[in-house]
Amino acid sequence: MRHTISALVLNQPGVLARIAGLFSGRGFNIESLCVAETLDPSVSRMTIVTRGNDQVIEQITKQLNKLVDIIKVVDFFGSEYVDREMILIKVTAESSSRAEILRITDIFRGKIVDVTPKSYTIEVSGDENKIRAIIDLLKPMGIKEVVRTGKVAISRGSKGI
Amino acid sequence: MKKTGGQILLESLGLEGVDTIFGFPGGAVIGIYDALLNSPIRHILVRHEQAAVHAADGYARSSGKTGVCLVTSGPGATNTVTGLATAYMDSIPLVVLTGQVSTGLIGNDAFQEADIMGITRPCTKHSYLVKDVKELAGTIKEAFYIAGTGRPGPVLVDLPKDVIADSTEFNYPESVNMQGYNPTYRGHRGQIQKAFKLILKANRPLIYAGGGVISSNASEELTTFAWTLAIPVTNTLMGLGCFPGVDELSLGMLGMHGTYRANMAVTNCDLLIAVGARFDDRVTGKIDGFAPNAKIIHIDIDPTSISKNIRVDIPIVGDAKDVLKKINKLILEEKGDWRSIRREWLDQILQWKNTYPLAYEQKDVIKPQYVVEKIYEITKGEAIISTEVGQNQMWTAQYYHFTKPRTLLTSGGLGTMGYGFPAAIGAQIAFPEKTVIDIAGDGSIQMNIQELATVAQYNLPVKIAILNNRYLGMVRQWQGLFHNKRYSHTSLEVSPDFVKLAEAYGAVGLRATKPEEVVPTIEKALSIPKAVIMDFVVEQEEDVYPMVPVGAPLKEMLLV
Repeated sequence: MRHTISALVLNQPGVLARIAGLFSGRGFNIESLCVAETLDPSVSRMTIVTRGNDQVIEQITKQLNKLVDIIKVVDFFGSEYVDREMILIKVTAESSSRAEILRITDIFRGKIVDVTPKSYTIEVSGDENKIRAIIDLLKPMGIKEVVRTGKVAISRGSKGI
Repeated sequence: MKKTGGQILLESLGLEGVDTIFGFPGGAVIGIYDALLNSPIRHILVRHEQAAVHAADGYARSSGKTGVCLVTSGPGATNTVTGLATAYMDSIPLVVLTGQVSTGLIGNDAFQEADIMGITRPCTKHSYLVKDVKELAGTIKEAFYIAGTGRPGPVLVDLPKDVIADSTEFNYPESVNMQGYNPTYRGHRGQIQKAFKLILKANRPLIYAGGGVISSNASEELTTFAWTLAIPVTNTLMGLGCFPGVDELSLGMLGMHGTYRANMAVTNCDLLIAVGARFDDRVTGKIDGFAPNAKIIHIDIDPTSISKNIRVDIPIVGDAKDVLKKINKLILEEKGDWRSIRREWLDQILQWKNTYPLAYEQKDVIKPQYVVEKIYEITKGEAIISTEVGQNQMWTAQYYHFTKPRTLLTSGGLGTMGYGFPAAIGAQIAFPEKTVIDIAGDGSIQMNIQELATVAQYNLPVKIAILNNRYLGMVRQWQGLFHNKRYSHTSLEVSPDFVKLAEAYGAVGLRATKPEEVVPTIEKALSIPKAVIMDFVVEQEEDVYPMVPVGAPLKEMLLV
């Protein structure tokens, strides 16, 4: 099962190394990892997407909680939450396909953020399905490069974590 | 008045109640060593940094205090890695202070630079790099707090040379406030109630007690619990001593080299009460065959230990002492003649004990088990015993019937050869009046033999009993059992003359080659107020039994 886990961590050097080391040392896998400061600059928020059976996920959350620099860990699995990922796609844009690419970008509510005579760079954000869909549609045009931010997630409703 | 980082460090240690540290100087920590000359803190100069950590570890295990050691940057720091990993696996509170190159040089591949934080992250409970002398006092406060609370463990503090030299006002914080670190001490009432009900209902309950009982000082509570409800107790290697090994409810150690009765009791119990133990693979054998008919209650302060290797029915996160106290309170309200209620179960265990007791036959050549048994008898079980790792360790666990907590110092988790001798030094420093004996093999003892100079320098009367079989015995045993006796590189064809070696270091060397010499040798060694090496020339190919082969269930023991 795939789980999306949010962690509030102290914004200190070495925290990322501790977490990465924990995953590699215990044979857990990280599908994506996204870290940045919160409103409080001394605290960062990390969104980790990982995979494992119940026992593995239980160990992952417990082991994360055990790290001294981690303040709080929440596994979103089974709860209501919103997740988003942003992707930048550099796609070949020949005269024959330029209009089609623009249409696709429009449908996905994306933006063209860079243009050259031979390429477009498109910015799109959305959940996993949407990201996969636009990649599939643009593939035939010739995707040169893709950069993804990894997922961020937040719970639905008025309460914070 | 401003003080240097070196002074601040030592005064902070003093405020943490530290009176002794173990260490080895070097360029990066020269400022601390300079300040040491004006400090009341006693420094024990070891001969290798690995020994400094093991000695601090032995000091901590025997006394219950946090052990401290101080080493220089680079190789000094990297030499602590095995000691840190040893302490981490066995949850021993240590603060390890490492020197570091000046902050401006960090990352430059400077002389004697090592990224020791990076190297030791997986084998420390936490670690710090102090980048500003103003943070030093607060960091030391936190380091001790983390090392000694919750599930204890080693904490590393990396101290750059310029931070040690810089000066600032010294203010030691009164308390710590850490957002991310709040160990749970008190067990959940509801879970304790549930566990209690299960305990009352059980027909064949068994307590499986580990090192957590010792680190939480819960031996008394555990003993009351077992005695009141007449529940038999089996110990892990780390738990030996937390329940009297000579008690009729004691089954001895369980697991790979556990007793027949302990392993059979685990296999047949209907309720297993795990306290401060972590279901290590050497304990469980094949997981499916471990306590297959039992409900499991697991009391542990570390949530990650619970349901890591085995699913438990009632987890209780908390300090063993607190949880057992609460359970004992509930018991008081239950009247019952528990001994007679348990009669059938206890009789069954007695029968297992009588069917396959721990046994060996002493013939012409000294048996290693005989040596351990005689050491036990002569010291009346009152000594502090450390061990190395391998057969010597297992025979000690089997034949020295530990009756008190903190009397066995052994590397259980990591299995570190070379641990026992420096650990014995640490224990002897903590308890100058007690008899401290390292039960060693001829292989292991050579891994930190240089510490003979340390015992000579500080007049420490540490005793070393070498069970000398001229083999790396445990590996040879496995080669014998599972690799067709192909003894690949386990024969120690050349070893020093341990008697002469002892003499070279100013210690006393004694040798016993015949069974009748064993007792006089031990008695003589104990009467000498100096370090003594006893070289027992034992049966070369004696094996440790019972033995559960790797991957087999506990009930499938090799018995001879």
